[in-house]
Amino acid sequence: MPKVTIDGQTIEVPAGITVLQACEIAGAEVPRFCYHERLSVAGNCRMCLVEMEKSPKPVASCAMPVAEGQVIKTDTPLVKKARNGVMEFLLINHPLDCPICDQGGECDLQDQAMAYGADHSRYKENKRAVPDKEIGPLVKTIMTRCIHCTRCVRFSTEVAGNEELGAVFRGEHMEIDTYVEKALSSELSGNIVDLCPVGALTSKPYAFTARPWELRKTESIDVFDALGANIRVDARGGEVLRVLPRLNDDVNEEWIGDKSRHAVDGLKRQRLDRPYLRKDGKLVPVSWDEALEAVGKRLAASAPGRVAAIAGDLVDAEAAAALKDLMGALGSPHLDCRQDGAKIDPSDRASWLFNSTVAGIEEADAILLIGANPRWESPVLNARIRKRYRAGGVKIAAIGPQIDLRYKYDYLGAGPTSLADLLAGKIAFFETLKAAKKPMLILGMGALARADGAAVLALARDLAAKTGMVREGWNGFNVLNVAAGRVGALELGFVPGPGGRDVAGILDGAAKGDIDTVFLLGADEIDTAKLGRAFVIYQGHHGDKGAHRADAILPGAAYTEKNATYVNLEGRAQHARLAVFPPGEAKEDWKILRALSAACGRKLPYDTLAQLRARMAQAAPVFAEIDAPHPAAAIAPAAPAVPVDPTAFVSPIANYYMTDPISRASATMAECTRVYGQGQAARTGTHG
Amino acid sequence: MLQDKDRIFTNLYGDGDWGLKGAMARGDWDGTKDILAKGRDWIIKEIQDSGLRGRGGAGFPTGMKWSFMPKKSDGRPHYLVVNADESEPGTCKDREILRHDPHKLVEGCLIAGFAMGANAAYIYVRGEFYNEASHLELAVQQAYEAKLLGDDACGSGWKFDVYVHRGAGAYICGEETALIESLEGKKGQPRLKPPFPAGVGLYGCPTTVNNVESIAVAPTIIRRGAAWFAGIGRPKNSGTKLFCISGHVNKPCTVEEAMSIPLKELLEKHCGGVRGGWDNLLAVIPGGSSVPALPKSICDTVLMDFDALREVRSGLGTAAVIVMDKSTDIVKAIARLSRFYMHESCGQCTPCREGTGWLYRVMQRMVKGEADLAEIDMLEGVTRQIEGHTICALGDAAAWPVQGLIRHFRPEMEQRIREYKAAASSRAAAE
Repeated sequence: MPKVTIDGQTIEVPAGITVLQACEIAGAEVPRFCYHERLSVAGNCRMCLVEMEKSPKPVASCAMPVAEGQVIKTDTPLVKKARNGVMEFLLINHPLDCPICDQGGECDLQDQAMAYGADHSRYKENKRAVPDKEIGPLVKTIMTRCIHCTRCVRFSTEVAGNEELGAVFRGEHMEIDTYVEKALSSELSGNIVDLCPVGALTSKPYAFTARPWELRKTESIDVFDALGANIRVDARGGEVLRVLPRLNDDVNEEWIGDKSRHAVDGLKRQRLDRPYLRKDGKLVPVSWDEALEAVGKRLAASAPGRVAAIAGDLVDAEAAAALKDLMGALGSPHLDCRQDGAKIDPSDRASWLFNSTVAGIEEADAILLIGANPRWESPVLNARIRKRYRAGGVKIAAIGPQIDLRYKYDYLGAGPTSLADLLAGKIAFFETLKAAKKPMLILGMGALARADGAAVLALARDLAAKTGMVREGWNGFNVLNVAAGRVGALELGFVPGPGGRDVAGILDGAAKGDIDTVFLLGADEIDTAKLGRAFVIYQGHHGDKGAHRADAILPGAAYTEKNATYVNLEGRAQHARLAVFPPGEAKEDWKILRALSAACGRKLPYDTLAQLRARMAQAAPVFAEIDAPHPAAAIAPAAPAVPVDPTAFVSPIANYYMTDPISRASATMAECTRVYGQGQAARTGTHG
Repeated sequence: MLQDKDRIFTNLYGDGDWGLKGAMARGDWDGTKDILAKGRDWIIKEIQDSGLRGRGGAGFPTGMKWSFMPKKSDGRPHYLVVNADESEPGTCKDREILRHDPHKLVEGCLIAGFAMGANAAYIYVRGEFYNEASHLELAVQQAYEAKLLGDDACGSGWKFDVYVHRGAGAYICGEETALIESLEGKKGQPRLKPPFPAGVGLYGCPTTVNNVESIAVAPTIIRRGAAWFAGIGRPKNSGTKLFCISGHVNKPCTVEEAMSIPLKELLEKHCGGVRGGWDNLLAVIPGGSSVPALPKSICDTVLMDFDALREVRSGLGTAAVIVMDKSTDIVKAIARLSRFYMHESCGQCTPCREGTGWLYRVMQRMVKGEADLAEIDMLEGVTRQIEGHTICALGDAAAWPVQGLIRHFRPEMEQRIREYKAAASSRAAAE
């Protein structure tokens, strides 16, 4: 480890880091614009200049590797003068429009100008003006503010993998552009807004909405995919205004998908803000007392075998636990959380978890995607695979949808037949997996949520066993969940009890009249037409499909409105926190269920969140430890081969921008669907 | 004054045949096999002993540069890249070599490439040099046909290929790392150093970038011996050099002369003197547009070499001597150079992108005198803010001419400002 002296303090630093990182270790703050930990080094802003002994000129610390015996000074007049000079250059052509700039208050240039800027401008010439670019519905550009740090270009090229942004022209005419006008075709494009150190790239839906100092910041968890990205929810009054990513190297690094960031305007639309009961065929607003009494009576009066419950994709673990307990108290075994009918094996934890963990992707040297489209099912996780791909030394192959995943892969086929061929060693990639040190497969819901899902799961298990994916210290058998609430519900055992019906069975029973009361806990992705004449209780936050069919509506809270636990796809329990209160009379979900249990005479044994969480921790170990992954160490042995249906695997997500009640209610997501969705592909030149 | 027998570029003016036959008659490709047989280290030692300093402008010792290349390949190929992107205003020496003596360069590529363990050389020719590039292409083709290049170059057993690549006319692509980027097909923007090209260069492989003249003189130096070359000029500034003299002289020319020749002698012997006589001289830019201009008082005595010109706070650069007599508007002349650097800045790093435009705009006002006296110091300050703070040397090159102007012609600038002010106030009074 090289020893370097920084501002007179000699420290030992890890080899291979840069002088800027060494300065940070030593506690010397170095200003920067272009440098970013997760992007390649550009060294072009020249703000991080420091003095290095034996160098006649100040050096850019972000680009200078540390070396034994370096003597670095960051606080000399020469350094200060150099940085002041750079700051002056950055400001001469930067508009003085901070009062109307959305970045105002959280602008790197503004902050650093406080330390390095002059009190007046010596530049008497005209400032440069740059035409704005149109790059889609999410990112607004005010290119005159651009300081050409190229962070957005590097993010797009390196992390997101859409090489669409670049710097065109030369000298002071240099512009960041897509060259031919187009909307950025990335599900991660919102991150360039965070990366932009100035107000050149700002959030289009959030434009002129609020100032950062007006916002109440709540650390929370994202629910728009199963990754459980760490987010910060910014709210003002009772309104969630924006969502930003938080750092978590094990989960989302510091990225989030565009849906996670921009679907929050859906939280203000189509909300269920008071209880309803269907009277004479019409939903009529009622009081909580009346609703609970009616629903409680109905549940209490139903025969145990005729009540069923389905948990939806956004359900928090607390609500799932409370509903499971309630169903248990009612004596019904008919409950399920697999709305899409995925053939996850409830007896094998490995069949629903991402067992290698998300960070484990970076260790894999052979990756097989089966029926998965990670780019839409979890864009941030896909970026992790791309990161692995860019690091080199990995072979990636896919069976299933053939789409641009932002990295090269061998396409092995469309459906289970190819998987069987691979297993039989008929495809060369079998040998690649076998020879790999850390082989990995990622089984998508496109492979499991089908009639022959169990057979596909068996094939995948067999493949994992035959190629040695599970070994000491490594479990490469991964299932890519898409629903944020699913893993938590599965961990709690929200699956059919002995003799119980699964989702298909429940719908079948309701259609035939064997089930006469169905409790939908935020379940909207089912065929509600099949519910027949059953009495449907819908508890949830949006007036989506489930609520339309409901006979009783109990208004719950969305993820930003409750203190709740979500378990991500690697079995990591994380707490989402209440950022704003639920609208109107809506309440936190577990509290509704607790009140309902009293109304139907089967009072649940917990009165506080802490008591409920203690019970959850007893039920499943994942809840005992927050923010730690709990993957399965082994996988269940493969069942004997069953014939499979040769139909191609289809990803459960047809439109990334609309997958759940919140994003379906979002105007921003509707605009994205218009721009990027299939609607656009079908348009021709004669469309207005 | 250099004697004819000591000239390297004997076909500088294109009097003879530029092709292989003519080149061989002039002694090129003579015993190249034997030179290669003496080995890499011997060649590098000869070049080091000759005291040859890079002819592209920076004057870095060529032999030492070659010695930085890894002695043994780690599996990556080595590359020699020849910088023929001659774009420095006032400079036209490589052009003459390319069109009248291309075989000197081609042979130099083989010897230099061999000395650094490279099997391939890329020659990056300035886009505007159409005829030069076609002469060079033909020369390379002739060399291949004569088996001087190829799988068994000159029968030495060394495989050597030469590729000619034409640029697209960006000044910045003459900067060695921007040239490498451009050669790789990317936007010509200088790279950060370290890593240096000798470690990570073209396509990530060890690479040495040399100027055309540095490579073209190498075969002759080796044939005639390091001592011969070192014996010309002053110590550490040895050898012969192509000088390109343009501007207000009676006969502008490119000429091969001994290093350390007095500037006055150079102009009077080869160019027929300054237009209107020596006393009509205003200033000389001695090394291409990027070095500070010198007033007549210094020009009277200064020697044309790296160290002498550095002592007077200018530089030899590419040895492109731009002569300006007293009819010149020196402020306007330097303002024109500022515009050039503004136009050619790649835009990558802040001080140069923003600073070159600022310099030009202030200089534009200085031409008319439409400025405050205090702005001269501000202008000086801005050049200091650019200088040394950029990734490549273009920032320095933009700063130096303005610094030279302020250093030597400040009274001229002040007088303009005063005159402008006086005219403005009399205009105001008249109205």
